[in-house]
Amino acid sequence: MSIRDKLSALLGFDIDFDAPVPPRKTETAAEQTPDEWRFSRRIMRAGGRRLGAIYKILGVICSVVLMSTLLLTVAGMPRYGVDQEYMDTVTYEYISHGMEYTGAVNIVSGIILEYRAFDTLGESFVLFCAVSCVLALLRADGADSEPERVEYRDISCDPILRRTMRAVVPIVLLYGAYVLLFGHLSPGGGFSGGAVIGAALIMIASAYGEDVSGRILTERVFKTVTTCALSFYCLGKSYTFYTGANGLHSVIGNGTPGNILSAGLIMPLNVAVGMVVACTIYGMYRMIGQRRF
Amino acid sequence: MEFIRNFPFFSVAVFLFSAVICSVLKPRAARIWTTAAEAVVLAFSLSVLIYTTSGDTFFRYNMGHFDAPWSNQLRAGPVEALAATSFSYVLLMSHIGGIRYAKADIEPKKQSAYCTLLNLVGAALMALSYTNDLFTGYVFLEILTLSSCGVLVIRRAGRTALAATRYMVINLLGSGLFLLGTCLFYGITGHLLMEYIRDGVATLEVTGDYAVPLTVTIGLVCAGLAIKSGLFPFHTWMPDTYGTATPTSSAVLSGIVSKGYIFLLIKIIYRVVGVDSAAMTSARHILYVFGIAGIIMGSIWAMQSAHLNRMIAYSSAAQIGYVFVGIGLGGQAGFTAALFQIIAHGLCKPLLFLSGARLSEASGDSTEFADLQGAAHRNKPAGLAFAVGALSMVGIPTLAGFAVKLFFAAAAVEHGLLVDIATLTALALSTLLNALYFVRTVIRIYTPSGNAPTNGAFAPTDGESARTRDPGLIAAAVGLTAGILLLGLMPGVVSGIISRGLALFA
Amino acid sequence: MENLFRNYEEAVALILFSIGFMTLLFHKNLLRKLIGMNIMDSGVYLFLASMGYIYGRRAPIVENGDLSAERYINPVPASLVLTGIVVSVSVTAVMLSLSIRLYERYHTLDLDVIYAAARSRREHR
Repeated sequence: MSIRDKLSALLGFDIDFDAPVPPRKTETAAEQTPDEWRFSRRIMRAGGRRLGAIYKILGVICSVVLMSTLLLTVAGMPRYGVDQEYMDTVTYEYISHGMEYTGAVNIVSGIILEYRAFDTLGESFVLFCAVSCVLALLRADGADSEPERVEYRDISCDPILRRTMRAVVPIVLLYGAYVLLFGHLSPGGGFSGGAVIGAALIMIASAYGEDVSGRILTERVFKTVTTCALSFYCLGKSYTFYTGANGLHSVIGNGTPGNILSAGLIMPLNVAVGMVVACTIYGMYRMIGQRRF
Repeated sequence: MEFIRNFPFFSVAVFLFSAVICSVLKPRAARIWTTAAEAVVLAFSLSVLIYTTSGDTFFRYNMGHFDAPWSNQLRAGPVEALAATSFSYVLLMSHIGGIRYAKADIEPKKQSAYCTLLNLVGAALMALSYTNDLFTGYVFLEILTLSSCGVLVIRRAGRTALAATRYMVINLLGSGLFLLGTCLFYGITGHLLMEYIRDGVATLEVTGDYAVPLTVTIGLVCAGLAIKSGLFPFHTWMPDTYGTATPTSSAVLSGIVSKGYIFLLIKIIYRVVGVDSAAMTSARHILYVFGIAGIIMGSIWAMQSAHLNRMIAYSSAAQIGYVFVGIGLGGQAGFTAALFQIIAHGLCKPLLFLSGARLSEASGDSTEFADLQGAAHRNKPAGLAFAVGALSMVGIPTLAGFAVKLFFAAAAVEHGLLVDIATLTALALSTLLNALYFVRTVIRIYTPSGNAPTNGAFAPTDGESARTRDPGLIAAAVGLTAGILLLGLMPGVVSGIISRGLALFA
Repeated sequence: MENLFRNYEEAVALILFSIGFMTLLFHKNLLRKLIGMNIMDSGVYLFLASMGYIYGRRAPIVENGDLSAERYINPVPASLVLTGIVVSVSVTAVMLSLSIRLYERYHTLDLDVIYAAARSRREHR
């Protein structure tokens, strides 16, 4: 029994690997090329052969030099897997007092959202910045002078995909929500949870296409959610920074470590970050894949 | 704690918050909001500058409820405040000076996004000025890279996408090296806060442990930041980038973004490794050699280019070379010269880009020198502004460029004969070439176009657009010129702040 | 040299880093450059993670209220990696969009060809 037969038996319907795939719209580059471009390509080929050899030798030399320098560095580094004393000043505080001071059972969560929160604030703004750049780059407006666009194959009407997604998406969403909400108690947090939710949104979009995702996840929704979440993050953290630096008492308590409602701002911030990440990942998928929301 | 000590943090927070707000505002509101944010941050930075210089003091600011080795920290002293003031000033001036072009160059729906990105550039620069934590430095370095790529590529014309790609590739190489260097610093010292790393490095130098990793780490960090700021062999993205972006973006990119990276480098030299560290000294000598090469090659390429924008861009490569020569010379005098150059060049370049854009607009949107003939008569304020900027680059007394060259000469004499001769030769050669290409340009824009043949593509007319007033540009030109004159007439004020600040910096 | 083999995990991480770096620097194809960048960043993250690992210790999530520092590995590299990953995701997205723009304009991803095409089209501004 061949693999195909086994699979067919398993799935309950006939599958045919050799069935003709609908042709993808790919033209050879030469057909699309403007004249002057073909000309320049010919020049490149002629000049490239001579330069190519030098380029390759240079590349090999550089790689060898860089790699051996870095390996020398590794040879001089502290021993792998052994506790280094000089690391302890910082890590001891994080591990021994982290839970008491931040209320987070997951020490890494405590570090990224309390001790080193400024980095993390910057990091969400990296995402925000990236999505602004992607919008600026790919957004197709009326006054678009670019040449013809590449067409993408629409797979959204595929019944297998839809059926599978109907089963999988709720679970993935639930899992994402769990990772978000329990970020301070177990492995996870805003970014991982947000990425899972973003993946679920992408699944919905690819299975149901324009008619569903285009109506629910509009740009307006996307912008509102991102702006609210980022503003909350910015203001909440500013409050902590301000009170912390000025030695004021912060009204945000830590609660009992281990409870879901504990660890001060960490859980709400995880949710906010997760929203931003989910929206960003979905937005990037839409912009890069479809060029519009 | 005095309230003023919150201002460094507020400068970052105001920009970050207004970036979020701008993304949902209408274009006009976003522009006004951004200008207001820039002005507010300028006021913050200026008051921090006055506070720290008058008290001859510096202060640290914990980001959160935890103390020094555990939390992120900001630090503000005279040098940081001076950098922040000059960055925010130039950002404000470049923004209001280029509003007219931004309106024309950028599609209406993306105008708010442009303001968002400008705000993020500002936030990243403020954070880089004040941060006392190496990893925070990396994060905001990336924000600076991405947002500057955004302000570059938002103008959808010609080869902006290509220019941005080259810019990003070079920058990613630099970021990769810098990130690895940061991680290695953590690996061998166990800290990410600058003072603590320096203590660790000092101990390592005494005990002799991890000698190879330490040297490589310093090399990686220096190379990464030098690549990002566009030191000589890695300057190739400059002409494309500065030549194709909308004038505000060119001004911001050349005036302050590359300076942000260099400022972080100076900070690392002073506060992470220590100026006197042996490994750092050899790294600085390498930077010196590349700086000299950059000065000469940049000037030569600038001479050869046939386009105004490309000429100004190549001259940027030369000016970045100056900063690295200052860093390479080292010592109080060398770093004073480098920091002074960062500020002076940050004022001159935006003035040149903004007024250059206006001149080429008055010449039928052409940047070729042949078409620019007589442009200063078609638009008098822009011509005057361009002349001021160009003469300052050449180094005419009473302008900032002259003081820069004096400081570099003074820094060079402190060293041996060979360094002295090399630096002074490079200075002389660069001044000569600068004079050739900048004075040539000034003469050309002031030569009445009636006498000379144009190259046919454009018949100079006193068109409508050339005569319309552009209050934003005039305000920016006045502001930047005032800065250049201040630096040129009273260099002692700024260099005094720098040298007192450097004493507190270490 | 003996240390190099003991630190095998860091060695592999830095080999990955240099492979990625050189791909980013020397490859002409934009997508491969991008892949190189991701390899480079993964190399750094692997390096960080291996720097924080200590034999016989557990992930830094407090178990049964046990707060002794000898039980858990170093949590700082983990938090740095988390921050770094997001940065490289963002950069990748921006570079992908740039590639799309370039492909639409020049119908190729080979940077040299793109550059020659731009030069022959006289795109100076």
